[in-house]
Amino acid sequence: MTALNYPDHITATYYLILAAMLFTIGAVGLLIRKNTLVMFMCVELMLNAANLSFVAYAKALNDISGQVIVFFTLVVAAAEVAIGLAIIIAIFRRRQSVNADDVDLLKG
Amino acid sequence: MAAVIFFVCAALVLTGAFGVILGRNPVHCALFLLVTLVSVAVLYLQLDAALVAAIQIVVYASAIVVLFLFVITLLGVDRHEPRDDSHPFQRVAAIVLGVLAFGGIVVLVHGNRWVSGAHSTRGALGPADTGNVETLAKSLFTDFVWAFEMTAVLLVIAVVGSVVLARRSGHRPEVTDVPEAVPTPQGSRETEGSNA
Repeated sequence: MTALNYPDHITATYYLILAAMLFTIGAVGLLIRKNTLVMFMCVELMLNAANLSFVAYAKALNDISGQVIVFFTLVVAAAEVAIGLAIIIAIFRRRQSVNADDVDLLKG
Repeated sequence: MAAVIFFVCAALVLTGAFGVILGRNPVHCALFLLVTLVSVAVLYLQLDAALVAAIQIVVYASAIVVLFLFVITLLGVDRHEPRDDSHPFQRVAAIVLGVLAFGGIVVLVHGNRWVSGAHSTRGALGPADTGNVETLAKSLFTDFVWAFEMTAVLLVIAVVGSVVLARRSGHRPEVTDVPEAVPTPQGSRETEGSNA
């Protein structure tokens, strides 16, 4: 535990453990789900876990750059979702399915 | 009070996350994702990051979740997917790996005593009641202005790329497996046959 205490003893440690749990849940979901749309949502969960730890560190270290990096992460996440959903639509048009197991060929 | 808000939001974050990975219907998954995103925004407010919380609501909870729901309904995949556990071993292995990864993160970070490093290298946070809007803007348009301009390039590339990818090119292929819209090079069948 650090000496950096928030009011009522909610330290950065609590936020970091929560972020680690959120990241783990997202990673497990990415592995066990086969619907590509839900896999995308799991990636969003993992990005949010990273953002949460960035903001927690920004508060604990009294440094604004943690929040600025979250801003950039949000931009990248928005671009990633747009591209990813376009790819999913293109795959669905070809295969009539969003199941990740149906997309197992390098060609076609 | 801060502790109560934190634990309620943490419970909601984890509930939403489990709902995303366990829900059978993609629409339910998207709505559970919304619960998680809004709860994380409340946690940002607790951490004096009002602008980040606002962006989280506007960009994530509005734009991205709506985009997800739009694609789900566009593709018509909003039905319960069959529970085909063709690889039950995969599921168990994923959960075991997840628990191990969580333990690894906790052990690693705990070894470094959670928070270490220099303080305020890029400027300190403002007073707690300002929400750091001005501080963040000052840092964004001075220290990070090059990266900020590059995000414009990234977004343009993403928009053009998604239009190119999702554009309906030519006529729609009716057959699911053999795409007729794409001209296959001559002789590909022979090489495939000879390889097999």
